[in-house]
Amino acid sequence: MMAIHSVYIVSKSGGMIFNYDHNFPKVESEKTFNFPMDLKLELRNKKLVVVFGQRDGICIGQTLLSINGTLVNGGQMESGPDALEYLSDETKFPVSLRFGRTRMTTNEKMFLGSMFYPLYAIASQISPEPHSSGIQVLEAETFKLHCLQTLTGVKFIAICDPRLQGMEIILRKIYELYADYVLKNPFYALEMPIRCDLFNDNLKVLLETIERTGITNV
Amino acid sequence: MTIHNLYIFDRNGTLMYYGEWNRKKAGTMNKEEEGKLVYGMLFSLRSFLEKISPLDLKDNSFCYRTSKYKMNYWESPTGVKFVMNTDLSSPNVKDLLRLIYQMVYVEYVVKNPVCPMGEYIHSELFAQKLDEVVKSSLIYTSKTS
Repeated sequence: MMAIHSVYIVSKSGGMIFNYDHNFPKVESEKTFNFPMDLKLELRNKKLVVVFGQRDGICIGQTLLSINGTLVNGGQMESGPDALEYLSDETKFPVSLRFGRTRMTTNEKMFLGSMFYPLYAIASQISPEPHSSGIQVLEAETFKLHCLQTLTGVKFIAICDPRLQGMEIILRKIYELYADYVLKNPFYALEMPIRCDLFNDNLKVLLETIERTGITNV
Repeated sequence: MTIHNLYIFDRNGTLMYYGEWNRKKAGTMNKEEEGKLVYGMLFSLRSFLEKISPLDLKDNSFCYRTSKYKMNYWESPTGVKFVMNTDLSSPNVKDLLRLIYQMVYVEYVVKNPVCPMGEYIHSELFAQKLDEVVKSSLIYTSKTS
């Protein structure tokens, strides 16, 4: 599906001031395990992450989401017991475990959003041609990242499907929404995180329209 | 279409080779320092990609575009990194990088007993063969831009 996965706004001083996840693909798989488990889990950043082993699409770096349908949060099962302890008890097996791609916390998103600023700056510094801008399009196999820097130094970043065309226009449209619903909001202070409902709503409508009908109607 | 320059880094990030063809803006730093800056940036960029990607990345290649150039990155399964800057209209640079790895790097560096790993490649034969491969590639020769 031609989806836009997320939108970030980075202020002119490099801090992330807005993030919106839209239609993030879910990568999850549930499998039954016998004792002893052929995967090794470790608590990292308050998440149980696979650090060794691979099986049926579950691989290193994925997070344990639930045990027998009970959600796991911060290394603990929702019903109370420590998840690692639970999984070291042979009598509890076989168990059904659900794994998924590690979701980013808000802190990690802030970190990533703010990390783009220096990358953008160095890209223009190491340019083999004079007067180059920073990164405008970043392309990997699974996604494409588009970045629009406005004259005032604000960066609009969108992460989308690699097949989606005409992202520059969409980013300009998001800039328009920013000018209309963020900058004209008397309660908004520049450089601060954006918390404007009208902006959120209109952005959501815009992204949904694009997904339904393509960019021709924007 | 044109090729600006090529960096080769080993798995630990040391600059193994730097080649230049049509570079219009001379760097302000020396080769070594620039290599470190480029590697540092690519290292961060890779970890950035891994985290921000909605799905797991399948192979070790990516590229970015600015208003003036395109940077293409390809990493071999052994961790040797090939980075080539080209102009915006060059297609399939990844294939060229793989070809350089196959035809030049493996043949004249890996199979060369006097070329120590993890150090800058001083072999003249390597430089010459690399130049041949690059200059005979479509990206270098075709004039449509």
